[in-house]
Amino acid sequence: MKVIVCIKQVPDTKGGVKFNPDGTLDRAAMLAIMNPDDKAGLEAALRLKDQYGAEVTVLTMGLPKATDVLREALAMGADKAILITDRVLGGADTWATSSTIAAGIRNLDYDIIITGRQAIDGDTAQVGPQIAEHLNIPVISYAQDIKIDGNKVIVQRQYDDRYHVLEAQMPCLITALSELNDPRYMTPGGIFDAVNAEITTWGRADLKDLDDANIGLAGSPTKIAKASDKVRKGAGEKIVPDSVDEGVDYIVGKLTEKHVI
Amino acid sequence: MDFTLSKENEMAIQLFKEFAENEVKPLAQEIDENHRFPRETVDKMAKYGFLGIPVPKEMGGQGCDVLTYVMCVEEMSKVCGTTGVIVSAHTSLCVDPIMTFGTPEQKEKYLIPLAKGEKLGAFGLTEPGAGTDAQGQQTKAVLDGDEWVLNGSKCFITNGKEADVYVIFAVTGKIEKRGKMMKEISAFIVEKGTPGFTFGTKENKMGICGSSTYELIFTDCRIPKDNLLGKQGKGFNIAMHTLDGGRIGIAAQALGLAEGALETTIEYVKERKQFGRSIAQFQNTQFQLADMATKVEAAKMLVYKAARKKDEYVKNPKTSYSVEAAMAKLYAAEVAMEVTTKAVQLHGGYGYIREYDVERMMRDAKITEIYEGTSEVQRMVISANILK
Repeated sequence: MKVIVCIKQVPDTKGGVKFNPDGTLDRAAMLAIMNPDDKAGLEAALRLKDQYGAEVTVLTMGLPKATDVLREALAMGADKAILITDRVLGGADTWATSSTIAAGIRNLDYDIIITGRQAIDGDTAQVGPQIAEHLNIPVISYAQDIKIDGNKVIVQRQYDDRYHVLEAQMPCLITALSELNDPRYMTPGGIFDAVNAEITTWGRADLKDLDDANIGLAGSPTKIAKASDKVRKGAGEKIVPDSVDEGVDYIVGKLTEKHVI
Repeated sequence: MDFTLSKENEMAIQLFKEFAENEVKPLAQEIDENHRFPRETVDKMAKYGFLGIPVPKEMGGQGCDVLTYVMCVEEMSKVCGTTGVIVSAHTSLCVDPIMTFGTPEQKEKYLIPLAKGEKLGAFGLTEPGAGTDAQGQQTKAVLDGDEWVLNGSKCFITNGKEADVYVIFAVTGKIEKRGKMMKEISAFIVEKGTPGFTFGTKENKMGICGSSTYELIFTDCRIPKDNLLGKQGKGFNIAMHTLDGGRIGIAAQALGLAEGALETTIEYVKERKQFGRSIAQFQNTQFQLADMATKVEAAKMLVYKAARKKDEYVKNPKTSYSVEAAMAKLYAAEVAMEVTTKAVQLHGGYGYIREYDVERMMRDAKITEIYEGTSEVQRMVISANILK
């Protein structure tokens, strides 16, 4: 079984999002990490490797610096890594990105493609399903559980207050939620191997069946009017105390811990 | 001089930080309070290869350098001194001597499962009457047919009851050295569960309370003849070599504790308000932090230098890293004590309260000036080298 995992290097938004004066993301001011949903997708693939001996290839499109997340994936246990990088591919929206990645995937054999549901820097959730459309294969999005049965996958798809159980023939594409699993850590030995591992690098010339009208900034129909940090309202913490006193003690404890009182 | 870290080291730091933050920090206070050995953390560290970092892959390890191992102990100790010393005692004091002095059979039987983390290691040199003075050893080993028979006891043994494999030192005879009769000391590998090998008192300590510190008792404990580690009579050399490496591990633990206390204090002084402004705005706080940070950085340089020197030794066994290890441990331990004490002071009354991490860090730091050679012993090692 061959599994391709599409991953993306994104700015770590934990400490808030920083913008340049022109409204674009100030990526240099933020740490770069592997997109959390993609990391869960990678973990799902590595579990298929543990269970069925699947070969796991990670693929990303980005600047040469994106090799950092590829090496992290290799140190977690991925077998091969591919970077698609070319100046002409820069500034791509989801359409141009999915067109480009699908062209890269056409160079490879695969049974399952796993992508994260969405990237924390764009939050579109479009690239995964678009890749499936370009490749003309089924897609199951928002996977919270993945099982293999013969030549088909059985996936639990998250849906508001319930989940749907869907089956699809392989090859197919699955988009993963970060809730899917707890991704494993790298290992020290894995890191030492990953740093010296060869990373396949493809430029525009290596991508077949790809129209130049569908790549880079020029091939991106999306026009960004304004970008802003989303205002997140945390889910909060719910406790059910046995008594009013216990509840008060808990709240006072929390306020003291944070030096509010 | 090259101060840049390799890509491998940088990625390893990222790994250890994430692991420490997610898996170790949440338990630090509880294991300290309940004096509980964090078995679940040890199992996770084993799973990710943290218990065999500087061991070659063919011996079950991760095939990394000594500096990566040191960074692991440092990052664990930043959030939990107990977890740092579990890794250090296992790796430096048990894995290392078996890797360095073991026979191929001993490596197969003991090193591989130790490096994989399937087994945990410990080291028994100290006795009630033999701490710094290794010649004071009373534990004896007598060859009887195909077995060594051990009698005696060891005290203050880290990973005590939790370990599976122990490197134990015992007197095997007397030899004449420079006209004086000296005890001949040899090293042995002893497995938990061997008849005659039992545990005595569990020590109730000031700090590193989650660490399992026990007395080991040997009463007619018979072990196979083949469990002699290295040559008979070379035990003292094996112990000294092992402690040189162990000191780098403890220096890394001390460094981690100092860094952890500094980071915690930086966060605290920005939040804590007195007289209408944060205490970070007071010059006293700023100067204290400046001194703490400078000393921590100096300690880091010494510890990393000692680790790199041991890496050189791995490539060329004629290299000595004894003085570098002694300097790193001496300085890092004293910095750990000073920085954690200042951290408590900057926290004011809260620093004296158990719920605040710096209180635990200060108690944990003290032992780094004592075990695996006191600060005084480190000064002896350093001065003997510069005056020779």
